[in-house]
Parts: sequence; C-alpha cells; structure tokens
Amino acid sequence: MAEVSELRAGVPAPVPPMPLRPAVQPDEAAARRTLREQIARLESELGALFCSTFPRTGFDWAVPARGGPRVLSLAELAEIRDGLATRLYHNRKLLGDRTYVEELNRRRIEEMLLNPAEYKWVRIQNEDIGERGCKQWHVQPRFGILGMLMNWWRVRISSGCPLAMPAPAGLQIS
Amino acid sequence: MRAEPELDVGWIAEELREEFPELRLVTTTIDGSPGRSPIEVKQRLRVLSDRYTGQKAIALRQQPIPWAYRVFFRQVGIDPDEHRTPVEAYALERMRAGGFESRNVLDDALTIATVETGVPVIAFDDERLDGPLGLRLSWPGERLGGEGGRPLSSRQVVVADAERSVAVLFADFAEGHGIHPRSTRMRLAAVQVKGVPDVSVDEALWTIVETILGPAE
Repeated sequence: MAEVSELRAGVPAPVPPMPLRPAVQPDEAAARRTLREQIARLESELGALFCSTFPRTGFDWAVPARGGPRVLSLAELAEIRDGLATRLYHNRKLLGDRTYVEELNRRRIEEMLLNPAEYKWVRIQNEDIGERGCKQWHVQPRFGILGMLMNWWRVRISSGCPLAMPAPAGLQIS
Repeated sequence: MRAEPELDVGWIAEELREEFPELRLVTTTIDGSPGRSPIEVKQRLRVLSDRYTGQKAIALRQQPIPWAYRVFFRQVGIDPDEHRTPVEAYALERMRAGGFESRNVLDDALTIATVETGVPVIAFDDERLDGPLGLRLSWPGERLGGEGGRPLSSRQVVVADAERSVAVLFADFAEGHGIHPRSTRMRLAAVQVKGVPDVSVDEALWTIVETILGPAE
C-alpha cells in the first residue's frame, strides 16, 4: 500500500539503467548448427518429394548455390534453408494440384469405358494420369463413318509406345 | 599378393572442424600407374552397369550416404542439382551413356568404389605432394597450387598438403597434381561427411586398392 500511495503522489519509482546490449554474446555456433540440421531435414523431405513426383516433369528443384564449397555465413545458411522450404512448399502444392487432376482423369477413363458415347473423341494419355509410357484411351466410332451416324462409340486402348524403327534412307541423325 | 593398405586420417583445420565436426579426410598411398584396365575390371564395370537401373538412379537421393553428401553440398553452398555429387554424376553418366565406360584402371576403380559405396574418392600424384593431406579454408589472396595457379575465393574449402592447396573440395585440381599417365605412386583421399559410416569410407578405399593392385593376402 505504501508503494501505491507513493506512485499516486507522483514520486517516480527508481528505474534501473538499461544495458545497451545483452550481457552474454549470442551463440552463433548453436544457430548455425540448428540451421544446418534444418537444411538436412528439408533436403530429406525434398528428396522424398522428388521420388514421389517421378515420372512427372515440370518441377523446379534448383535452390541457388552460394559459390561453394566454403563456410557460409549465418545469413547465407538461413537463405538456403528458406530457399529449400519455399521449393518444398511450391513443389508439394504443384504435386497436389497435379494428382487432383490425375485423379479426375482416372475417373473420366472409367466413365468413358462405361458410356463412350458421352465422351466422343476424348483422348486421355498415361501422362495425364501421372504414369510412364505411351498408353492412351481414345473414344472412337465403331466402323468409321457408319459408327458416327449410328452413334456406335467405343474406347480404343493403345498398345503402348511405337517400336523403334530404322531411320529412313538418307535421313541424317546428328 | 599384397598386404592390406594402411589408411591415414588427414588433418582438418580448426575453423573447419568447428563448423563440421564429423568431416574427415581418409587417405592411403599405393604404387601403381593408370594403365589399361584388365578384363576382370571391365567385366565388373559391365555387371555394375547392368545392376544400375533408372529406378535406382532416381531413388539415389533417398539413400543415406548419397543424401549425406547432398546435405553437405547444400551446407557448403553448392546446389547438388546443378553441380552433382560424385555418385549422382556417375549415375547420370550411366543413364546417358547406357553403361559405365572403361577408361583406365584408376578411373574404373574410382567409378566402382564410388558407385558401390557412395563415397567419393579423389586421387593425387603422390610425388607432387608435400606431407600429409588435409582440409582447410583458403587464405586471403591464395592461389590454387601456389604461384601461377588460379586465384581462390576467400574461405573456400580446399584439400591441401603442408605447402599449398592442391584441389578445391569436390571441384578442380591444381595444375599437375592429378594423376597423369606417367604417375607411379598415387595418394587416394576419401571425403567423409556427417552421416557416412567409417566402414563405407574404408571400403571405398579398399575397393580402389584391390581393383588396381589385386586382392590382398
């Protein structure tokens, strides 16, 4: 109660002098160690994501180099950590979007097989469902023009990639 | 028949050891020259090529040892997707060329050891080295290989002997310090980083010695 009455009376309380900088030096080695561990963990996650994306293309995996090999500064380590985290985030998002579209395409193939007339001329390739190879599902009319007129449609499934053929005579391959 | 090779652990400069406490350079010296590979070595390369599929190359970065070198590359400021780790470089070459091509017995031995263990090994002409090899940071104004070499940027990680830097780690050699056709004695150096077991490093060096000199007693 005495302290409160003193403050109310307008008597300023003694203020301890503020130190200009902390009494202890920050442990940069610990910060660097933590950043290196984070880089290792992110690299591991990025490696796993790289394997998950295969055989899809169009992903960017590069995180800019820092003119190594050399001992990097704290800021440079943080930049690499942030670069890896950003790359991981973008590629995960891109893979998520791709797999969503691939799943829709898989569902579409099933619907095409059930009711081809609803999907005239639609063609879905292996690449569209995130798989390797040249297989494709193509809705075509039976018996050509007649099938078109009679609305007889079917799904033709290709038998895979074309076989390697010898180059035509006279064609130069560099 | 010959005895098992002796492995020496190279020195690591204090500031580099503080940053990377698990970093090691393991070396061994052998008498031999990089002549043509015998038929057994060529056959071993072919078998290795057959075992090395595209799927294995893709999954490489998830394996513990190749991953450890990728992490180290990142930590020293190299992008491993731009400047490949040695084992990934061999894998890429295998995919491009359709197999591991035989060049000479030393290159073939380095290929076999690196692909089988994942540990990169470099070879120097022992007669051009002064004292034991180690790892340190480059000094201000230093040139690779001493006077006449290309200038090194500040605080680069270099492989050095007692006198001078002889190579930039995972990059280029100083002029005349690599193996040439007239070399008769080689110093092999394996770089070990955090996450790579000792046994893999030893195995990499033993594999090279065995490939060049034949099996031990």
